[in-house]
Amino acid sequence: MSTPSQDVWVRVEHAAGTVAPQTYELLGKGRDLARELGGRLVAVLLGHHVAALTQTLGAADVVLCVDDERLGSFTPDAHARTIQALMEEAIPRLLLCGATSAGTDLAALLAGLVSVPMVVNVRGIQVDGTRVLATSQLCGGKLLCETELGESAILTVLAGAFPAEAGIVRRVPPVETMAPPKAIEQTRAQVLRLIEPSGEDVDITRVPILVAVGRGIQRKENLPLVEDLAALLGGAVCASRPVIDQGWLPLSRQVGKSGMIVKPSLYLALGISGAPEHLEGMRNAEMIVAVNTDAGAPIFNVAHYGIVGDMFEVIPALVAHLTRRKAA
Amino acid sequence: MKIAVLLTMVPDLVEELEIDASGTALDAQWLRYVISESDDHALEQALLLKDRHGASVTALALDYGDVEQTLFTALAKGADAAVKITPMPEGGPRRREAAAVFAEILRRQSADLVLTGVQAINDLDGHLPGLLGGLLDLPYVGVTRSVEVAAAGGVIVQKEYPGGVVAEISVPLPAVIGVISAPQPPRYVPVARIREVMKTRSISAEAAPELGAQPAPAIRRMFKPEPAGQATMLSGGTEQAAQELAAILDSRGLLR
Repeated sequence: MSTPSQDVWVRVEHAAGTVAPQTYELLGKGRDLARELGGRLVAVLLGHHVAALTQTLGAADVVLCVDDERLGSFTPDAHARTIQALMEEAIPRLLLCGATSAGTDLAALLAGLVSVPMVVNVRGIQVDGTRVLATSQLCGGKLLCETELGESAILTVLAGAFPAEAGIVRRVPPVETMAPPKAIEQTRAQVLRLIEPSGEDVDITRVPILVAVGRGIQRKENLPLVEDLAALLGGAVCASRPVIDQGWLPLSRQVGKSGMIVKPSLYLALGISGAPEHLEGMRNAEMIVAVNTDAGAPIFNVAHYGIVGDMFEVIPALVAHLTRRKAA
Repeated sequence: MKIAVLLTMVPDLVEELEIDASGTALDAQWLRYVISESDDHALEQALLLKDRHGASVTALALDYGDVEQTLFTALAKGADAAVKITPMPEGGPRRREAAAVFAEILRRQSADLVLTGVQAINDLDGHLPGLLGGLLDLPYVGVTRSVEVAAAGGVIVQKEYPGGVVAEISVPLPAVIGVISAPQPPRYVPVARIREVMKTRSISAEAAPELGAQPAPAIRRMFKPEPAGQATMLSGGTEQAAQELAAILDSRGLLR
């Protein structure tokens, strides 16, 4: 592998012809980091028929683009092996990937392939002289860890960690188009088809009031209590991953990293601890109210109002007061 | 088909987490370990493949925490063999080292399909299955919600993308798959059955390989986050808090 440079690479995440909003957060932060380190900000864009996207990456000093049919649908194999080949030419000081379903897969596989250290779920990056420090989240956001990175590192970054504005620059950046590497011929996993969410259920991204439940709901039999509250508020019930995995609510109701990203007027989080994967899907709600028995639950860090208490006591009391107010 | 399921022990978040005197790690003295949730799903996925296709399932785990209980539970649920890799440092190695250990063991006992949870709550320096795919130079797909045997050979997995989109991906074997959830919740096994298995079955021990230093970031400190202090806490008991919340929702025009 080549000698590490001071360049900062950002993996451009995109789907259906649109760059994912988090990419701009990474480009904005990457711009500052590259300036402080004295390197370039490089946007790494892999895909098929992606030339038009380069024009939206003006924050980058240069866009490194590999356009090939085999990169059209994301597989960790093809994308990680392509970046591995790019690293043979030039290894960056930092490679920033979103901690998304694709970013997480790619970054871990790549780190194993190229023997470069990795830090996951990063929410802060600082340059201190010649050192680079990363702050990452563990244990569902209950712990933070500060690490010092060596001469090169691969990071997965949580959505919302940095503002997106600095990454949106109206400028057409220079593009270096690279040929697909030979390694891509070895990639073996193939996307057969994409299955879109079925449109039969309520679209929770369009519902203004969401009553969300997590592990605290304990049993499927407890769901009617929450459904009644949602009905009273004119909203819908949604959930964090554990409730969906139990099969108590359909996948279309999942909020979070691989579920839906929602921005309702009110998000009432009941018995949800607030793991980063869930927060990613709801942190931009206009008003967040959290009810949890654990006063230290990370959900209270993003909530506007919080109640430390048992949801099975709070809900009936809330229903009674709401009913009284609606009747008045 | 030979399936290896890698099971990882992680801190039980129900317990209070304490940082040790070095300030760079969790205090193992106060920790209780449980199986990583997505690993439990990986085991369920393996057992579903066994039920449907007669695969043989070996559960492998690193020797720290209450790993024997976890491995006996895997046997009670239907795994054919259980392997403990020993010795291990207290609290277990970091993920990168764990990946290197498992890679070495899997070179010794090959498997057609390696299943493990795509992530664990205490991941810091990587996620196990991706790192393992890289170290073994095998095809890798993670964040899967189902794994099926393909008629033409290999497996077909359903991988979650954002926005509820699912990709169906064909993966030739051998391969490493990072499971986020199995098609059904992990099966329940009564304690009496686990106790019975503890008397009748055994866990084999495999010597942990000697490894050189793995690429890793240097941990400077581990700490609890300061509360962001954003939330206005409604206190004074359930009744008063509920009353106040109803008033707030009303004042915001959220009652219609």
